Amino acid sequence: MFQYIIRRLLIAIPVLLGVTIFNFFIINLAPGNPVDMFVNPNMSAADILAKKEALGLNDPLWEQYGRWMGSMLQGDFGYSFATYEPVLDNIAARIGPTLLLMGTALIIAYLIAIPVGILSATKQYSFIDYLTTTFSFFGISIPNFFLGLGAIYVFGIVFPIFPTGGMTTLGSSGGFVDTFMHLVLPAMVLGTAIAGSMVRYVRSSMLEVLGQDYLRTARAKGLREFFVNNKHALRNALIPIVTIIGLEIPLLIGGAVVTEQIFQWPGLGQLTIQSIGSRDYPMLMALNFIAAFTVLFSNLLTDLMYSVVDPRIKYN
Amino acid sequence: MEEYLLKVDKVQTVFKTGKGEITSVEEVSFQLKPGQTIGIVGESGCGKSVTSLSIMRLLGKHGYVKNGSILFNGKDLAKISEAEMREIRGNEISMIFQEPMTSLNPVFTIGNQMMEGIRLHMKLGKKEARNYAIEMLNSVGIPRSEAIMNEFPHALSGGMRQRVMIAMALSCRPRLLIADEPTTALDVTIQAQILELMKKLRSQSNTAIILITHDLGVVAEMVDKIIVMYAGQVVEEADVFTLFDNPKHPYTKGLIGSIPHIETHQEDRLISIPGAVPSLQNMPTGCRFHTRCEFATERCLQEQPNLIQLDETGEHKVRCWLAEEEAYVSRENKEVFV
Repeated sequence: MFQYIIRRLLIAIPVLLGVTIFNFFIINLAPGNPVDMFVNPNMSAADILAKKEALGLNDPLWEQYGRWMGSMLQGDFGYSFATYEPVLDNIAARIGPTLLLMGTALIIAYLIAIPVGILSATKQYSFIDYLTTTFSFFGISIPNFFLGLGAIYVFGIVFPIFPTGGMTTLGSSGGFVDTFMHLVLPAMVLGTAIAGSMVRYVRSSMLEVLGQDYLRTARAKGLREFFVNNKHALRNALIPIVTIIGLEIPLLIGGAVVTEQIFQWPGLGQLTIQSIGSRDYPMLMALNFIAAFTVLFSNLLTDLMYSVVDPRIKYN
Repeated sequence: MEEYLLKVDKVQTVFKTGKGEITSVEEVSFQLKPGQTIGIVGESGCGKSVTSLSIMRLLGKHGYVKNGSILFNGKDLAKISEAEMREIRGNEISMIFQEPMTSLNPVFTIGNQMMEGIRLHMKLGKKEARNYAIEMLNSVGIPRSEAIMNEFPHALSGGMRQRVMIAMALSCRPRLLIADEPTTALDVTIQAQILELMKKLRSQSNTAIILITHDLGVVAEMVDKIIVMYAGQVVEEADVFTLFDNPKHPYTKGLIGSIPHIETHQEDRLISIPGAVPSLQNMPTGCRFHTRCEFATERCLQEQPNLIQLDETGEHKVRCWLAEEEAYVSRENKEVFV
């Protein structure tokens, strides 16, 4: 098991390296450059050139990449071109809100999807099943920006219950209740959207298990239907669902770009959009690196989770 | 005469489908005394398993017993509430299934699955239940039973898993055990072991057994009485010696003729019954076996025969016009000569 983890981590190194190279060149392919973003009419061509020179943007790409790699290996992700602050400080300030938002959204999604999915599968082709299938269809097909705007209109304007943007009330010191109120709308929008597809996965996974022989054995023992479904069937149905959960961990870090933008949530998603706009190369490289790392890490975590939920799987 | 433990009377089991109800089993009747073993034989699709699942009331969402009664200890299993049925399942009636490879839940330990039923019906504490489960595993001849308790099913062979299933089924000392082709999925040496084990347990605890199989060899060794089923109906019922010595229904004769014997000459061909069991959607009119019967007459095509008694004690019953006519003739002759 330990050897397996070490092997997987070693394999991750070349993958991460490849991802950084690929990202670096793709980012530089985008038209424009960071200096263009803060040019003003009073600057001369020579000023602009000097600025570019100072940022190292006139060097060949491979040299720029080498410089970035060199300092990254020492734990230094450089300074943001847009804010002149250390990249890591900026990210550190944003990661908390994103984890809070996405964590809440995923918890909401699972709290909805797992019971509803089980119910929908055990009552297949019933009215409840059709109802949940229809709602999950809406969940999947309504885009987040639309759902977000709708939520703002209904709960922020028509019935002004919740604040419509930001994480704390401006000028206040925040606090639990204030943050919670700000969290409700974006978390619900994200959570229900994720739940839409999750319900489908849980339902089909349960349906596959419900016909198995061992459930008949469990019933033949005289167990209640509740235990048959929620102990014997669910435990088996969870095996494929672990994959889906694993695939959604990177979302926690990557943030929901659109939703954060709509609700002005000060998270990584919003930071990503801003950094793309200002061609903030060091910031983008760091964000991409973190995203790639999370994907690889959560893949490993998913594989390890398998051996926990399915005793037939062992890693040697 | 002794009280019957189980009395199945004219049971009709139907399944609801999109195109209406489909009858899977009908007019199935038989009785079972405590400690008695009865065999149900027939090809695949004859309704053997559905009959047993009707007794357990494990027919799934769409199946139910529409007509007839299943009296167990005086209670009609077709009518009692689900809660009452749960009290009986795994406790007074338990069941061993055909496929040991898929009948155990892959994600729970043997111990966990063994203890579930024990704790539910015998109201034992965790520790006592564990000890009792180990004891049960020992009694079915599982080595290292304490270690096996913590194993998952995939670590066990088919024979071992079937032993676990038997231990599980017998743990609450049921009065009736239904074994649905318990040895079909196992190789021959393991088959013999499992059958021996069932015999031993029967003699120890006086459990009545319903043994479902398509292997007449297995039945001959184990049972007191045999029921032959064809296309959802009982076609012949007799004690095991009568059935082998004097089968009356052409289908039974065919089944017996298809058993290979050690003395059979190499040149001799085994008898086979041509064709296959008709599907539930298009049951033939008249006698259901007439499409495959070499003795079929005009009457067999038109009218459905009833299950009639052939002897005074009522132990030998058959559903066949030929046998009925034969019996009638012999009775007439008797009257003439006596």
